[in-house]
Amino acid sequence: MQDIEVEHQESTDHANTLGVDMRKFLMWVFLGSDCLFFGAFIATYLLYRNSSIVGPYPHEILDIPVTSASTFILLTSSLAMVLSLAAFQRGNTSAARFWLFATAFLGSTFLGFQVFEFYHFAHEGLTPKTNLFGATFFTLTGFHGAHVALGVIWLFSLLGVSYTRGIPPEKSMNVELAGLYWHFVDIVWVVIFTVIYLLSSLPPSS
Amino acid sequence: MSTGEHLDNHHDSDHPTAKQYVLVGIILTVITILEVGVYYVEALRSLFAAIFLGAGAIKFAFVAFYYMHLKMDHYLFSAFFFGGLVLATSIAIALMAILGAF
Repeated sequence: MQDIEVEHQESTDHANTLGVDMRKFLMWVFLGSDCLFFGAFIATYLLYRNSSIVGPYPHEILDIPVTSASTFILLTSSLAMVLSLAAFQRGNTSAARFWLFATAFLGSTFLGFQVFEFYHFAHEGLTPKTNLFGATFFTLTGFHGAHVALGVIWLFSLLGVSYTRGIPPEKSMNVELAGLYWHFVDIVWVVIFTVIYLLSSLPPSS
Repeated sequence: MSTGEHLDNHHDSDHPTAKQYVLVGIILTVITILEVGVYYVEALRSLFAAIFLGAGAIKFAFVAFYYMHLKMDHYLFSAFFFGGLVLATSIAIALMAILGAF
């Protein structure tokens, strides 16, 4: 009887009457709300992109080849993330840890690219105080970078947990939640790369 | 296995295989390479907005539906995520229209 009660308690811990895991549901609600967060920053950037009185202007300073490389790295980290989750779900711990470390490492590398870009821009005279382009660009990409940094800390924490307490297949939801967050950061970058870098960095037509 | 554990993993068998994940990764990489290649083709400049927004939408969809499992997960997750996305896009367009960006 006690066993049945314990099992019933477990079954209702994270599920509702719709049969969805509440932690996963709340993560999706959070990601939906985060769309509004980034939507506001992207709209503000687009609104003011041609309003700067002094340079540097986007087409003078944005470096497409370097940003393409960092985009490739972030997309690859998403692949590593799903391979890690699949390995955790299969119970293949060593492969799961390898791919989880690869995800965190690639995320850290992306952050390195962003630090390099910010340093280069500051050296070229573009800071958040220089003009409207600088203010909106650094705010948008800075907040995205903060999301990536939080994700990297989360991934390394999961890696630590897998070594200390272990993450068996029935606990793989903990990895899936981190994965959802990580992929969201990835798709936000897809939008930023398209709208801010590819479309806004074109020089004026000759 | 408890029912709770079952709930956590009841879609796992529907998830793509490792090969499919790698295939999606290759598609994403190829699209990104094509985007960057097109960026340097001056003759296509009038089509840049359509090409880049289309390519970005395809990459977005591949990550959301395959890597985030929206294709095979409960419809509620898609509803809340795309609901937020549509709301954000609508507000952004309205804000830009009101402030004279178009």
